[in-house]
Amino acid sequence: MFADLFAYFYQFADVFAFLVLSAAGLAVIFGMMGIINMAHGEFIMCGAYATTFAYHAGLPLPLAQACGVVAAGLIGIVLEATLIRPLYSRPLDSLLVTWGLGLIATQGTLIVLGSSMAGIGTPGGGFRLGGYGFSIYRMILFAAALCVLAFIYLLFKRTRFGIYARATMQNANMAQALGVRRNRIYALTFGIGAALAGLCGALYAPTMTLIPTMGATFIVEAFVTVVVGGANVLLGTAPAAVALAVTRTTLNGLYGQVFGQIGLLLAVVLIIRVLPEGFSGWLAKRAS
Amino acid sequence: MASETILKVAGLHASYDATPILRGINLEVGGGEIVAIIGRNGVGKTTMMRCMIGLLPAASGTIRYAGREITSLPADRRARLGIGYIPQGRDVFPRMTVEENLQVGELIGQSRRPPATDLVYEYFPILKERRDQLAGTMSGGQQQQLAIGRALIGSPDLLLLDEPSEGVQPSIVQMICRVLRSIRDRHGTTIVLVEQNLDTILALAERCLVMEKGQIIAEISAGLVTQDSVRRHLLI
Ligand SMILES: Nc1ncnc2c1ncn2[C@@H]1O[C@H](COP(=O)(O)OP(=O)(O)OP(=O)(O)O)[C@@H](O)[C@H]1O
Ligand SMILES: [Mg+2]
Repeated sequence: MFADLFAYFYQFADVFAFLVLSAAGLAVIFGMMGIINMAHGEFIMCGAYATTFAYHAGLPLPLAQACGVVAAGLIGIVLEATLIRPLYSRPLDSLLVTWGLGLIATQGTLIVLGSSMAGIGTPGGGFRLGGYGFSIYRMILFAAALCVLAFIYLLFKRTRFGIYARATMQNANMAQALGVRRNRIYALTFGIGAALAGLCGALYAPTMTLIPTMGATFIVEAFVTVVVGGANVLLGTAPAAVALAVTRTTLNGLYGQVFGQIGLLLAVVLIIRVLPEGFSGWLAKRAS
Repeated sequence: MASETILKVAGLHASYDATPILRGINLEVGGGEIVAIIGRNGVGKTTMMRCMIGLLPAASGTIRYAGREITSLPADRRARLGIGYIPQGRDVFPRMTVEENLQVGELIGQSRRPPATDLVYEYFPILKERRDQLAGTMSGGQQQQLAIGRALIGSPDLLLLDEPSEGVQPSIVQMICRVLRSIRDRHGTTIVLVEQNLDTILALAERCLVMEKGQIIAEISAGLVTQDSVRRHLLI
Protein backbone atom coordinates (compact mmCIF):
# COMPACT_ATOMS: atom_id res chain seq x y z
CA MET A 1 0.00 0.00 0.00
CA PHE A 2 2.69 2.51 1.01
CA ALA A 3 4.80 1.38 -1.92
CA ASP A 4 1.87 1.96 -4.29
CA LEU A 5 1.25 5.41 -2.89
CA PHE A 6 4.92 6.23 -3.10
CA ALA A 7 5.03 4.95 -6.66
CA TYR A 8 2.15 7.28 -7.56
CA PHE A 9 3.83 10.19 -5.84
CA TYR A 10 7.08 9.36 -7.59
CA GLN A 11 5.41 9.39 -10.98
CA PHE A 12 3.68 12.64 -10.11
CA ALA A 13 6.94 14.20 -8.94
CA ASP A 14 8.64 13.16 -12.15
CA VAL A 15 5.98 14.76 -14.36
CA PHE A 16 5.71 17.81 -12.11
CA ALA A 17 9.46 18.40 -12.23
CA PHE A 18 9.49 18.06 -15.99
CA LEU A 19 6.66 20.60 -16.37
CA VAL A 20 8.12 23.13 -13.95
CA LEU A 21 11.69 22.91 -15.19
CA SER A 22 10.61 23.03 -18.85
CA ALA A 23 8.36 26.01 -18.31
CA ALA A 24 10.20 28.20 -15.78
CA GLY A 25 12.36 30.16 -18.22
CA LEU A 26 9.57 30.60 -20.75
CA ALA A 27 7.20 31.72 -18.00
CA VAL A 28 9.59 34.32 -16.58
CA ILE A 29 10.27 35.90 -19.96
CA PHE A 30 6.63 35.85 -21.01
CA GLY A 31 5.23 36.92 -17.65
CA MET A 32 7.72 39.69 -16.94
CA MET A 33 8.38 40.99 -20.45
CA GLY A 34 5.45 39.83 -22.56
CA ILE A 35 7.81 38.18 -25.01
CA ILE A 36 7.13 34.71 -26.33
CA ASN A 37 10.59 33.24 -26.58
CA MET A 38 10.43 30.82 -29.50
CA ALA A 39 14.09 29.94 -28.93
CA HIS A 40 13.26 28.54 -25.51
CA GLY A 41 13.99 24.98 -26.59
CA GLU A 42 17.37 26.05 -27.95
CA PHE A 43 18.33 27.67 -24.67
CA ILE A 44 17.52 24.33 -23.05
CA MET A 45 19.66 22.57 -25.65
CA CYS A 46 22.45 25.08 -25.01
CA GLY A 47 22.33 24.31 -21.27
CA ALA A 48 22.50 20.59 -21.95
CA TYR A 49 25.38 20.84 -24.42
CA ALA A 50 27.42 23.22 -22.25
CA THR A 51 26.92 20.90 -19.29
CA THR A 52 28.06 17.90 -21.28
CA PHE A 53 31.12 19.71 -22.61
CA ALA A 54 32.13 20.84 -19.16
CA TYR A 55 31.56 17.36 -17.79
CA HIS A 56 33.71 15.73 -20.48
CA ALA A 57 36.34 18.39 -19.82
CA GLY A 58 36.62 16.94 -16.32
CA LEU A 59 34.34 19.04 -14.12
CA PRO A 60 32.17 17.26 -11.57
CA LEU A 61 28.54 17.08 -12.70
CA PRO A 62 27.07 19.82 -10.46
CA LEU A 63 29.75 22.27 -11.56
CA ALA A 64 29.28 21.28 -15.18
CA GLN A 65 25.57 21.96 -14.75
CA ALA A 66 26.35 25.37 -13.32
CA CYS A 67 28.34 26.03 -16.50
CA GLY A 68 25.26 25.12 -18.55
CA VAL A 69 23.14 27.59 -16.60
CA VAL A 70 25.69 30.40 -16.91
CA ALA A 71 26.27 29.78 -20.62
CA ALA A 72 22.56 29.98 -21.47
CA GLY A 73 22.11 33.02 -19.23
CA LEU A 74 24.99 34.96 -20.78
CA ILE A 75 23.86 34.19 -24.30
CA GLY A 76 20.40 35.35 -23.28
CA ILE A 77 21.72 38.67 -21.97
CA VAL A 78 23.71 39.30 -25.14
CA LEU A 79 20.82 38.41 -27.46
CA GLU A 80 18.43 40.60 -25.49
CA ALA A 81 20.69 43.63 -25.77
CA THR A 82 21.43 43.16 -29.46
CA LEU A 83 18.40 41.66 -31.18
CA ILE A 84 15.40 41.62 -28.90
CA ARG A 85 15.49 45.03 -27.21
CA PRO A 86 14.64 46.98 -30.38
CA LEU A 87 11.47 44.91 -30.74
CA TYR A 88 9.72 45.48 -27.42
CA SER A 89 6.86 47.36 -28.96
CA ARG A 90 6.54 44.75 -31.72
CA PRO A 91 5.62 41.42 -30.08
CA LEU A 92 5.08 39.59 -33.36
CA ASP A 93 8.50 40.61 -34.63
CA SER A 94 10.18 39.49 -31.43
CA LEU A 95 8.41 36.16 -31.81
CA LEU A 96 9.77 35.86 -35.32
CA VAL A 97 13.30 36.85 -34.33
CA THR A 98 13.47 34.36 -31.47
CA TRP A 99 12.05 31.67 -33.75
CA GLY A 100 14.77 32.43 -36.31
CA LEU A 101 17.42 32.37 -33.59
CA GLY A 102 16.16 28.96 -32.54
CA LEU A 103 16.44 27.61 -36.08
CA ILE A 104 19.96 29.01 -36.45
CA ALA A 105 20.99 27.49 -33.13
CA THR A 106 19.64 24.05 -34.04
CA GLN A 107 21.12 23.96 -37.52
CA GLY A 108 24.38 25.56 -36.37
CA THR A 109 24.79 22.92 -33.70
CA LEU A 110 24.07 20.20 -36.22
CA ILE A 111 26.71 21.52 -38.60
CA VAL A 112 29.38 22.21 -35.99
CA LEU A 113 28.87 19.32 -33.59
CA GLY A 114 27.16 16.69 -35.69
CA SER A 115 23.90 14.88 -35.19
CA SER A 116 24.61 13.60 -31.72
CA MET A 117 27.07 13.83 -28.92
CA ALA A 118 28.36 11.42 -26.26
CA GLY A 119 26.14 11.85 -23.24
CA ILE A 120 26.55 11.59 -19.48
CA GLY A 121 25.26 8.54 -17.63
CA THR A 122 22.45 9.20 -15.17
CA PRO A 123 24.07 9.59 -11.77
CA GLY A 124 22.76 8.73 -8.36
CA GLY A 125 21.71 5.10 -8.74
CA GLY A 126 18.36 3.90 -7.49
CA PHE A 127 16.48 2.12 -4.75
CA ARG A 128 13.71 -0.47 -4.57
CA LEU A 129 10.53 -0.37 -2.61
CA GLY A 130 7.84 -3.06 -2.66
CA GLY A 131 8.71 -4.36 -6.09
CA TYR A 132 9.10 -0.91 -7.69
CA GLY A 133 12.42 0.60 -8.77
CA PHE A 134 13.08 4.31 -8.18
CA SER A 135 15.82 6.59 -9.44
CA ILE A 136 17.43 8.92 -6.95
CA TYR A 137 18.25 11.41 -9.68
CA ARG A 138 14.53 11.77 -10.47
CA MET A 139 13.97 12.74 -6.85
CA ILE A 140 16.74 15.30 -7.17
CA LEU A 141 14.98 16.73 -10.21
CA PHE A 142 11.80 17.07 -8.16
CA ALA A 143 13.69 18.91 -5.43
CA ALA A 144 15.27 21.13 -8.08
CA ALA A 145 11.83 22.00 -9.47
CA LEU A 146 10.65 23.04 -6.01
CA CYS A 147 13.80 25.12 -5.59
CA VAL A 148 13.21 26.83 -8.93
CA LEU A 149 9.66 27.76 -7.92
CA ALA A 150 10.91 29.11 -4.58
CA PHE A 151 13.73 30.97 -6.32
CA ILE A 152 11.39 32.70 -8.76
CA TYR A 153 9.00 33.62 -5.98
CA LEU A 154 11.66 35.02 -3.69
CA LEU A 155 13.49 36.80 -6.49
CA PHE A 156 10.44 38.69 -7.71
CA LYS A 157 8.74 39.22 -4.35
CA ARG A 158 11.54 39.79 -1.92
CA THR A 159 14.40 41.50 -3.72
CA ARG A 160 14.90 45.03 -5.00
CA PHE A 161 15.47 43.66 -8.47
CA GLY A 162 12.14 41.85 -8.30
CA ILE A 163 10.26 44.97 -7.24
CA TYR A 164 11.83 47.01 -10.05
CA ALA A 165 11.10 44.23 -12.54
CA ARG A 166 7.45 44.03 -11.54
CA ALA A 167 7.12 47.81 -11.60
CA THR A 168 8.62 47.82 -15.10
CA MET A 169 6.22 45.10 -16.19
CA GLN A 170 3.20 47.04 -14.88
CA ASN A 171 4.20 50.46 -16.19
CA ALA A 172 7.58 50.73 -17.85
CA ASN A 173 7.46 54.50 -18.37
CA MET A 174 6.50 55.25 -14.80
CA ALA A 175 9.15 52.91 -13.45
CA GLN A 176 11.76 54.61 -15.57
CA ALA A 177 10.55 58.06 -14.50
CA LEU A 178 11.23 56.99 -10.91
CA GLY A 179 14.79 55.98 -11.67
CA VAL A 180 14.56 52.34 -12.73
CA ARG A 181 17.13 51.51 -15.42
CA ARG A 182 14.73 49.80 -17.72
CA ASN A 183 17.26 48.25 -20.08
CA ARG A 184 19.16 46.66 -17.25
CA ILE A 185 15.96 45.15 -15.87
CA TYR A 186 15.04 43.73 -19.28
CA ALA A 187 18.51 42.31 -19.91
CA LEU A 188 18.64 40.67 -16.49
CA THR A 189 15.10 39.31 -16.72
CA PHE A 190 15.75 37.82 -20.13
CA GLY A 191 19.06 36.48 -18.88
CA ILE A 192 17.37 34.85 -15.88
CA GLY A 193 14.75 33.30 -18.15
CA ALA A 194 17.45 31.96 -20.45
CA ALA A 195 19.46 30.70 -17.48
CA LEU A 196 16.41 28.84 -16.16
CA ALA A 197 15.99 27.23 -19.59
CA GLY A 198 19.68 26.36 -19.42
CA LEU A 199 19.11 24.82 -16.01
CA CYS A 200 16.40 22.60 -17.46
CA GLY A 201 18.83 21.38 -20.11
CA ALA A 202 21.62 20.99 -17.58
CA LEU A 203 19.46 18.91 -15.26
CA TYR A 204 18.04 16.65 -17.97
CA ALA A 205 21.31 16.30 -19.90
CA PRO A 206 22.29 13.13 -17.98
CA THR A 207 18.93 11.51 -18.69
CA MET A 208 18.67 11.84 -22.45
CA THR A 209 20.41 11.63 -25.79
CA LEU A 210 22.05 14.85 -26.85
CA ILE A 211 20.85 15.88 -30.27
CA PRO A 212 20.52 19.40 -31.71
CA THR A 213 16.73 19.18 -31.73
CA MET A 214 16.46 17.98 -28.13
CA GLY A 215 14.84 21.28 -27.11
CA ALA A 216 11.68 20.19 -28.89
CA THR A 217 11.20 17.48 -26.27
CA PHE A 218 10.41 20.16 -23.71
CA ILE A 219 8.51 22.64 -25.81
CA VAL A 220 5.00 21.21 -25.63
CA GLU A 221 5.12 20.85 -21.85
CA ALA A 222 6.70 24.27 -21.46
CA PHE A 223 4.05 26.09 -23.50
CA VAL A 224 1.20 24.09 -22.04
CA THR A 225 2.27 24.94 -18.50
CA VAL A 226 2.70 28.63 -19.29
CA VAL A 227 -0.67 28.85 -21.03
CA VAL A 228 -2.47 27.10 -18.18
CA GLY A 229 -0.55 29.13 -15.60
CA GLY A 230 -1.42 32.47 -17.19
CA ALA A 231 0.56 35.68 -17.38
CA ASN A 232 1.58 35.87 -13.73
CA VAL A 233 4.47 33.46 -13.12
CA LEU A 234 4.40 33.99 -9.38
CA LEU A 235 0.81 32.88 -9.09
CA GLY A 236 0.22 30.53 -11.99
CA THR A 237 3.10 28.19 -12.71
CA ALA A 238 2.94 26.02 -9.59
CA PRO A 239 -0.81 25.30 -9.61
CA ALA A 240 -0.70 24.72 -13.37
CA ALA A 241 2.09 22.17 -12.98
CA VAL A 242 0.29 20.42 -10.14
CA ALA A 243 -3.00 20.17 -12.05
CA LEU A 244 -1.36 18.94 -15.24
CA ALA A 245 0.93 16.51 -13.44
CA VAL A 246 -1.96 14.95 -11.52
CA THR A 247 -3.94 14.56 -14.75
CA ARG A 248 -1.10 13.00 -16.65
CA THR A 249 0.12 10.73 -13.84
CA THR A 250 -3.37 9.40 -13.19
CA LEU A 251 -4.06 8.72 -16.87
CA ASN A 252 -0.60 7.23 -17.35
CA GLY A 253 -1.27 4.82 -14.51
CA LEU A 254 -4.74 3.85 -15.73
CA TYR A 255 -4.37 3.76 -19.49
CA GLY A 256 -0.70 4.20 -20.37
CA GLN A 257 1.58 6.95 -21.67
CA VAL A 258 -0.31 7.73 -24.85
CA PHE A 259 -3.51 8.46 -23.00
CA GLY A 260 -1.51 10.40 -20.45
CA GLN A 261 -0.32 12.72 -23.22
CA ILE A 262 -3.76 12.99 -24.83
CA GLY A 263 -5.33 13.62 -21.44
CA LEU A 264 -2.79 16.34 -20.70
CA LEU A 265 -3.66 18.20 -23.89
CA LEU A 266 -7.39 17.73 -23.33
CA ALA A 267 -6.99 19.07 -19.82
CA VAL A 268 -5.29 22.14 -21.26
CA VAL A 269 -8.10 22.75 -23.72
CA LEU A 270 -10.61 22.38 -20.91
CA ILE A 271 -8.78 24.59 -18.44
CA ILE A 272 -8.25 27.49 -20.82
CA ARG A 273 -11.89 27.16 -21.85
CA VAL A 274 -13.01 27.60 -18.24
CA LEU A 275 -10.19 29.91 -17.12
CA PRO A 276 -9.24 31.92 -20.20
CA GLU A 277 -6.55 33.83 -18.31
CA GLY A 278 -5.11 30.70 -16.78
CA PHE A 279 -4.75 29.95 -13.09
CA SER A 280 -3.07 33.24 -12.30
CA GLY A 281 -5.83 35.30 -13.92
CA TRP A 282 -8.41 33.34 -11.97
CA LEU A 283 -6.54 33.58 -8.66
CA ALA A 284 -5.96 37.31 -9.12
CA LYS A 285 -9.66 37.86 -9.79
CA ARG A 286 -10.66 35.89 -6.73
CA ALA A 287 -8.27 37.88 -4.58
CA SER A 288 -9.64 41.27 -5.62
CA MET B 1 11.79 82.76 -1.82
CA ALA B 2 13.53 82.28 -5.15
CA SER B 3 17.25 81.80 -4.83
CA GLU B 4 19.39 80.60 -7.70
CA THR B 5 17.75 78.98 -10.70
CA ILE B 6 17.16 75.23 -10.35
CA LEU B 7 15.26 74.65 -13.59
CA LYS B 8 15.67 76.52 -16.86
CA VAL B 9 13.88 75.59 -20.06
CA ALA B 10 14.77 77.39 -23.27
CA GLY B 11 13.16 77.14 -26.70
CA LEU B 12 11.70 73.71 -25.96
CA HIS B 13 9.90 72.07 -28.86
CA ALA B 14 8.29 68.64 -28.82
CA SER B 15 5.73 66.77 -30.84
CA TYR B 16 3.74 63.57 -30.90
CA ASP B 17 4.54 61.91 -34.20
CA ALA B 18 4.36 64.84 -36.63
CA THR B 19 2.03 67.05 -34.58
CA PRO B 20 3.98 69.82 -32.86
CA ILE B 21 2.67 70.33 -29.33
CA LEU B 22 5.32 72.41 -27.58
CA ARG B 23 6.36 75.43 -29.67
CA GLY B 24 9.22 77.06 -27.86
CA ILE B 25 8.71 76.90 -24.11
CA ASN B 26 10.84 79.30 -22.06
CA LEU B 27 10.73 79.28 -18.30
CA GLU B 28 12.91 79.60 -15.28
CA VAL B 29 12.24 78.38 -11.75
CA GLY B 30 14.22 79.37 -8.67
CA GLY B 31 15.25 76.92 -5.96
CA GLY B 32 12.51 76.53 -3.37
CA GLU B 33 9.81 78.17 -5.46
CA ILE B 34 6.30 76.84 -5.96
CA VAL B 35 5.24 77.60 -9.52
CA ALA B 36 1.95 76.64 -11.14
CA ILE B 37 1.57 76.08 -14.86
CA ILE B 38 -1.98 76.98 -15.80
CA GLY B 39 -3.88 76.87 -19.05
CA ARG B 40 -6.88 75.27 -20.68
CA ASN B 41 -7.29 71.61 -21.61
CA GLY B 42 -5.06 70.37 -24.37
CA VAL B 43 -2.60 73.28 -24.49
CA GLY B 44 0.31 70.93 -23.80
CA LYS B 45 0.85 71.10 -20.03
CA THR B 46 1.20 67.35 -19.58
CA THR B 47 3.38 67.15 -22.68
CA MET B 48 5.72 69.70 -21.14
CA MET B 49 5.95 67.74 -17.89
CA ARG B 50 6.68 64.52 -19.76
CA CYS B 51 9.37 66.33 -21.68
CA MET B 52 10.96 67.68 -18.51
CA ILE B 53 11.17 64.27 -16.83
CA GLY B 54 12.36 62.70 -20.08
CA LEU B 55 9.48 60.46 -21.13
CA LEU B 56 9.13 62.44 -24.35
CA PRO B 57 12.21 63.57 -26.28
CA ALA B 58 12.71 67.24 -27.00
CA ALA B 59 12.76 68.02 -30.72
CA SER B 60 14.85 71.10 -29.99
CA GLY B 61 15.64 73.42 -27.13
CA THR B 62 17.35 72.79 -23.82
CA ILE B 63 16.41 71.81 -20.29
CA ARG B 64 18.88 72.69 -17.55
CA TYR B 65 18.46 71.32 -14.04
CA ALA B 66 20.68 72.23 -11.08
CA GLY B 67 23.24 73.78 -13.36
CA ARG B 68 23.55 70.91 -15.78
CA GLU B 69 22.02 70.24 -19.12
CA ILE B 70 19.71 67.23 -18.96
CA THR B 71 17.97 67.54 -22.33
CA SER B 72 19.30 64.28 -23.71
CA LEU B 73 19.43 62.24 -20.49
CA PRO B 74 16.98 59.34 -20.18
CA ALA B 75 14.20 59.65 -17.61
CA ASP B 76 15.83 57.31 -15.12
CA ARG B 77 18.99 59.42 -15.00
CA ARG B 78 16.96 62.57 -14.45
CA ALA B 79 15.05 60.90 -11.62
CA ARG B 80 18.26 59.80 -9.97
CA LEU B 81 19.52 63.38 -10.16
CA GLY B 82 16.70 64.27 -7.79
CA ILE B 83 13.59 65.02 -9.85
CA GLY B 84 10.38 63.48 -8.50
CA TYR B 85 7.57 63.09 -11.04
CA ILE B 86 3.89 62.64 -10.20
CA PRO B 87 2.00 62.14 -13.45
CA GLN B 88 -1.55 63.09 -14.33
CA GLY B 89 -3.62 60.04 -13.48
CA ARG B 90 -1.09 59.07 -10.77
CA ASP B 91 0.14 55.85 -12.39
CA VAL B 92 0.69 53.87 -9.22
CA PHE B 93 1.76 50.28 -9.86
CA PRO B 94 -1.66 48.67 -9.39
CA ARG B 95 -0.64 45.08 -8.62
CA MET B 96 2.03 46.02 -6.14
CA THR B 97 1.53 46.89 -2.49
CA VAL B 98 1.77 50.42 -1.16
CA GLU B 99 5.10 49.60 0.43
CA GLU B 100 6.50 48.16 -2.82
CA ASN B 101 5.34 51.24 -4.73
CA LEU B 102 7.23 53.40 -2.27
CA GLN B 103 10.35 51.27 -2.60
CA VAL B 104 10.55 52.02 -6.31
CA GLY B 105 10.59 55.74 -5.48
CA GLU B 106 13.62 55.29 -3.24
CA LEU B 107 15.73 55.24 -6.39
CA ILE B 108 15.17 58.97 -6.87
CA GLY B 109 17.49 60.02 -4.10
CA GLN B 110 19.56 56.89 -4.23
CA SER B 111 23.11 57.10 -2.94
CA ARG B 112 22.57 60.67 -1.74
CA ARG B 113 20.18 60.23 1.17
CA PRO B 114 18.54 57.39 3.05
CA PRO B 115 14.87 56.83 2.08
CA ALA B 116 12.50 59.23 3.82
CA THR B 117 10.03 56.48 4.70
CA ASP B 118 9.18 57.83 8.14
CA LEU B 119 8.58 61.29 6.76
CA VAL B 120 6.20 59.95 4.10
CA TYR B 121 4.28 57.89 6.66
CA GLU B 122 4.12 60.93 8.95
CA TYR B 123 2.60 63.09 6.21
CA PHE B 124 0.34 60.38 4.84
CA PRO B 125 -0.64 58.07 7.72
CA ILE B 126 -3.08 56.23 5.45
CA LEU B 127 -0.11 54.84 3.51
CA LYS B 128 1.33 53.33 6.67
CA GLU B 129 -2.03 51.86 7.60
CA ARG B 130 -2.46 50.36 4.12
CA ARG B 131 1.12 49.47 3.39
CA ASP B 132 0.29 45.85 2.55
CA GLN B 133 -2.69 46.72 0.36
CA LEU B 134 -2.49 46.52 -3.43
CA ALA B 135 -2.28 50.05 -4.81
CA GLY B 136 -4.84 49.35 -7.52
CA THR B 137 -7.54 48.71 -4.93
CA MET B 138 -7.23 52.15 -3.29
CA SER B 139 -9.39 55.23 -3.88
CA GLY B 140 -8.28 58.08 -6.13
CA GLY B 141 -7.29 60.28 -3.22
CA GLN B 142 -5.29 57.50 -1.60
CA GLN B 143 -3.54 56.76 -4.89
CA GLN B 144 -2.66 60.43 -5.23
CA GLN B 145 -1.12 60.38 -1.74
CA LEU B 146 0.80 57.27 -2.72
CA ALA B 147 2.05 58.84 -5.95
CA ILE B 148 3.26 61.89 -4.03
CA GLY B 149 4.74 59.77 -1.24
CA ARG B 150 6.49 57.62 -3.83
CA ALA B 151 8.26 60.71 -5.17
CA LEU B 152 8.92 62.23 -1.74
CA ILE B 153 10.55 59.11 -0.32
CA GLY B 154 13.61 59.80 -2.46
CA SER B 155 13.95 63.36 -1.07
CA PRO B 156 13.79 65.04 -4.48
CA ASP B 157 15.06 68.58 -4.98
CA LEU B 158 12.45 69.25 -7.65
CA LEU B 159 8.89 67.93 -7.72
CA LEU B 160 6.94 67.86 -10.99
CA LEU B 161 3.24 67.44 -10.21
CA ASP B 162 0.64 67.10 -12.93
CA GLU B 163 -2.86 68.05 -11.73
CA PRO B 164 -2.67 66.70 -8.18
CA SER B 165 -6.26 67.75 -7.45
CA GLU B 166 -7.85 65.94 -10.39
CA GLY B 167 -10.42 63.39 -9.24
CA VAL B 168 -9.58 63.85 -5.57
CA GLN B 169 -12.11 64.95 -2.96
CA PRO B 170 -11.66 68.53 -1.67
CA SER B 171 -10.69 67.64 1.90
CA ILE B 172 -7.87 65.43 0.64
CA VAL B 173 -6.79 68.12 -1.82
CA GLN B 174 -6.49 70.58 1.07
CA MET B 175 -4.45 68.09 3.03
CA ILE B 176 -2.16 67.49 0.05
CA CYS B 177 -1.67 71.24 -0.37
CA ARG B 178 -0.68 71.53 3.30
CA VAL B 179 1.78 68.68 2.94
CA LEU B 180 3.39 70.12 -0.18
CA ARG B 181 3.79 73.54 1.46
CA SER B 182 5.31 71.98 4.52
CA ILE B 183 7.71 69.89 2.41
CA ARG B 184 8.91 73.03 0.69
CA ASP B 185 9.18 74.97 3.96
CA ARG B 186 11.07 72.19 5.76
CA HIS B 187 13.30 70.92 2.94
CA GLY B 188 13.41 73.70 0.39
CA THR B 189 11.98 71.40 -2.27
CA THR B 190 11.14 73.21 -5.50
CA ILE B 191 7.66 72.44 -6.80
CA VAL B 192 6.39 72.87 -10.35
CA LEU B 193 2.75 71.91 -10.65
CA VAL B 194 0.25 71.86 -13.44
CA GLU B 195 -3.13 72.82 -12.08
CA GLN B 196 -6.55 73.99 -13.22
CA ASN B 197 -8.29 74.02 -9.85
CA LEU B 198 -8.54 77.60 -8.60
CA ASP B 199 -8.47 76.72 -4.90
CA THR B 200 -5.40 74.55 -5.30
CA ILE B 201 -3.61 77.24 -7.27
CA LEU B 202 -4.41 79.87 -4.66
CA ALA B 203 -3.44 77.59 -1.80
CA LEU B 204 -0.06 76.65 -3.26
CA ALA B 205 1.29 78.75 -6.08
CA GLU B 206 3.60 81.68 -5.49
CA ARG B 207 3.85 82.39 -9.18
CA CYS B 208 1.87 81.22 -12.21
CA LEU B 209 2.91 80.66 -15.79
CA VAL B 210 0.12 80.71 -18.31
CA MET B 211 0.34 78.29 -21.17
CA GLU B 212 -1.41 78.56 -24.50
CA LYS B 213 -0.84 76.54 -27.67
CA GLY B 214 2.46 75.12 -26.53
CA GLN B 215 3.98 78.38 -25.31
CA ILE B 216 4.17 80.30 -22.07
CA ILE B 217 2.27 83.44 -22.97
CA ALA B 218 1.95 85.23 -19.64
CA GLU B 219 3.08 85.22 -16.07
CA ILE B 220 1.41 86.11 -12.80
CA SER B 221 4.31 87.26 -10.66
CA ALA B 222 4.90 86.52 -7.02
CA GLY B 223 2.52 88.50 -4.84
CA LEU B 224 -0.02 88.94 -7.60
CA VAL B 225 -1.56 85.48 -7.52
CA THR B 226 -5.14 86.33 -6.60
CA GLN B 227 -8.53 84.89 -7.35
CA ASP B 228 -9.14 87.55 -10.01
CA SER B 229 -5.82 87.33 -11.78
CA VAL B 230 -5.85 83.54 -11.94
CA ARG B 231 -9.47 83.34 -13.00
CA ARG B 232 -8.86 85.81 -15.79
CA HIS B 233 -6.11 83.61 -17.22
CA LEU B 234 -7.93 80.31 -16.69
CA LEU B 235 -10.82 81.60 -18.73
CA ILE B 236 -8.92 83.08 -21.66
N1 LIG C 1 0.16 60.32 -26.68
C1 LIG C 1 -0.29 61.27 -27.52
N2 LIG C 1 -0.24 61.11 -28.85
C2 LIG C 1 -0.68 62.07 -29.70
N3 LIG C 1 -1.18 63.23 -29.28
C3 LIG C 1 -1.28 63.47 -27.96
C4 LIG C 1 -0.83 62.50 -27.01
N4 LIG C 1 -1.04 63.00 -25.77
C5 LIG C 1 -1.58 64.21 -25.95
N5 LIG C 1 -1.73 64.51 -27.26
C6 LIG C 1 -2.26 65.76 -27.80
O1 LIG C 1 -1.38 66.79 -27.44
C7 LIG C 1 -2.08 67.95 -27.06
C8 LIG C 1 -1.63 68.43 -25.70
O2 LIG C 1 -1.97 67.43 -24.75
P1 LIG C 1 -1.58 67.54 -23.23
O3 LIG C 1 -1.99 66.27 -22.58
O4 LIG C 1 -0.18 67.95 -23.09
O5 LIG C 1 -2.52 68.73 -22.76
P2 LIG C 1 -2.83 69.25 -21.31
O6 LIG C 1 -2.61 70.69 -21.34
O7 LIG C 1 -2.11 68.47 -20.29
O8 LIG C 1 -4.38 68.97 -21.20
P3 LIG C 1 -5.27 68.55 -19.93
O9 LIG C 1 -5.56 69.80 -19.21
O10 LIG C 1 -6.48 67.96 -20.55
O11 LIG C 1 -4.51 67.56 -19.13
C9 LIG C 1 -3.55 67.60 -27.14
O12 LIG C 1 -4.07 68.13 -28.35
C10 LIG C 1 -3.58 66.10 -27.17
O13 LIG C 1 -4.65 65.66 -27.97
MG1 LIG D 1 -2.65 67.23 -18.79
